Amino acid sequence: MTLALERPVVLRPRRPGVAAASVFLAVALLAALWPGLLAADPLAADPFHVLEAPSAAHWFGTDQLGRDVFDRVVHGARHSLAIGLAAVGIAVFAGVLLGLLAGLSHRFADEALSRSFDALSAFPLLLLALLFIAITGPGSVSLVVAIGLATLPTYARVIRTQTFVVRRAGYVTEAVAFGASRARLVLRHVLPNVLGPLPILAMIGLGEAILAAAGLSFLGMGPQPPSPEWGAMISEGRGYLRIAWWASVLPGMAVTLTVISLTVAGRYLQRRFEGRA
Amino acid sequence: MRAVLRRAGSGLIVLWAAATAAYLALLAAPGDTVDSIIGDGADTPLIRSQIIQEWGLDRPAVVQYLDYLWRAAHGDLGRSYLLQRPVRDVIGEQLTPTLELAVAAAALGVLIALVLAVTTRRAWARRTSSTTELVLVSTPPFLIGIVLLSVFSFRFGWFPVSGDRGVAALILPAVTLALPIAGVLTQVLRDGLDRALSEPFAVTARSRGLAENAVLIRHALRHALLPAVTLTGWLFGVLLGGAVIVEQVFGRPGLGQVTLAAVNSKDMPVVLAVVVLSAFVYVLINTLADVVYLAIDPRLRRS
Repeated sequence: MTLALERPVVLRPRRPGVAAASVFLAVALLAALWPGLLAADPLAADPFHVLEAPSAAHWFGTDQLGRDVFDRVVHGARHSLAIGLAAVGIAVFAGVLLGLLAGLSHRFADEALSRSFDALSAFPLLLLALLFIAITGPGSVSLVVAIGLATLPTYARVIRTQTFVVRRAGYVTEAVAFGASRARLVLRHVLPNVLGPLPILAMIGLGEAILAAAGLSFLGMGPQPPSPEWGAMISEGRGYLRIAWWASVLPGMAVTLTVISLTVAGRYLQRRFEGRA
Repeated sequence: MRAVLRRAGSGLIVLWAAATAAYLALLAAPGDTVDSIIGDGADTPLIRSQIIQEWGLDRPAVVQYLDYLWRAAHGDLGRSYLLQRPVRDVIGEQLTPTLELAVAAAALGVLIALVLAVTTRRAWARRTSSTTELVLVSTPPFLIGIVLLSVFSFRFGWFPVSGDRGVAALILPAVTLALPIAGVLTQVLRDGLDRALSEPFAVTARSRGLAENAVLIRHALRHALLPAVTLTGWLFGVLLGGAVIVEQVFGRPGLGQVTLAAVNSKDMPVVLAVVVLSAFVYVLINTLADVVYLAIDPRLRRS
């Protein structure tokens, strides 16, 4: 069993959808890393150009304070991607740790851990996040931890199952026979071999995390105004829907396109590496 | 029968763990419970001690926890800090509009999924449909709501903008909530149909001269519906979470609005009750779905 990632990966997207998704993700990443390259100041208000329709000067129009919606959407990529990535990071890290622990331990501890995963996933994601935010108060950090916590069981279950398979593999029993220490066994032999499905799972999970974060910040639980966060922008623009649809619909399109791109790219990779990881 | 009992037992354990986790989260919350109860009201040492007396806050934490479990098991969800009323009444009053919304959305979502999965068997229709599903699943539900609202309520004026009076006010919220559900269910059903149609029984049915449509509807669809049963629990979570957002977009009263108000005002007993109640229903539905699964698929009973 080799790790799929060890082979040189040459991506030749034969489908236009996959190509488009990759391009969009690259642009979103660029926007998140270096927003200044693509857009001007997202907070610059202009009281003389309020709620103007999309034009050559303002590609996405302007919002109720005369801020350029395009600039805000570009700068919003940083917030949304950072929140999504951090949430997935927490979920994956804790999921690997707990999944490994469950997969390696004996019946009782494994049962206890598995039931706690069940208990955690019994709460609908949004409500668990709301409970968490009710305790800690709104903000980016609350969003990250709440979403990370709620999505952790998915990764933990996959890692647990993988661990069960790997610990019975020949190279692990041989390492035991050679007298490898427990720490060496886990870190050197088990861990690298259970991580296979994670990158793709995490990629699709990132889409879900971004969607959940946008929903929560739409409800006012995320970064507070005037931060240009996509969900918050949609919520702010909602009051002017009748006269200026662009202020809320275009940031919404950014969320949708990001999630679609992540899903398309993730599924493509999944098909490519199916059964190999 | 033993399998059913085992499922019920592990369901109970999961429930207990969920209720305990939520309670622990509450204990870990910063801020003083007495402050939350007082809110903006008069704050004197006498009132404080009265509140501590009345709410039993001077008892040891373990006793309070056991009391919470005991009462939750009897359907007593505590009292709202803010409204000074039993949480059960607060939730009960707002349950109907949310239930209407959820039932309408679930029915619509299942209907759309069934029709789409069965009718889009040709290659081009299938491609169109799966692209649409992808878009629906990836779009935040509130965006769907906002777009529907701006087109059908603001532009055409066909539906009321907000409120919960009458059937007309239910249509847009239900569609908003149903579309993402339909997206996921169609994918699952289509995969199920593909699998079922490649099985020997489908070949047998075809060899008897049965029309392809009859094979599809009479034989394959039943098999395709099986995996969908396991999604019932997921469906419930999406409906409840989605209801919070959809009620906010359309200004509908309901459980979602109660929850949001409670989160914003840190009315923890209400938040806790909604969360624990949703976990309870989720576990209940999942346990029932497993039992139903055993009942309708004899193959599972043998292994």
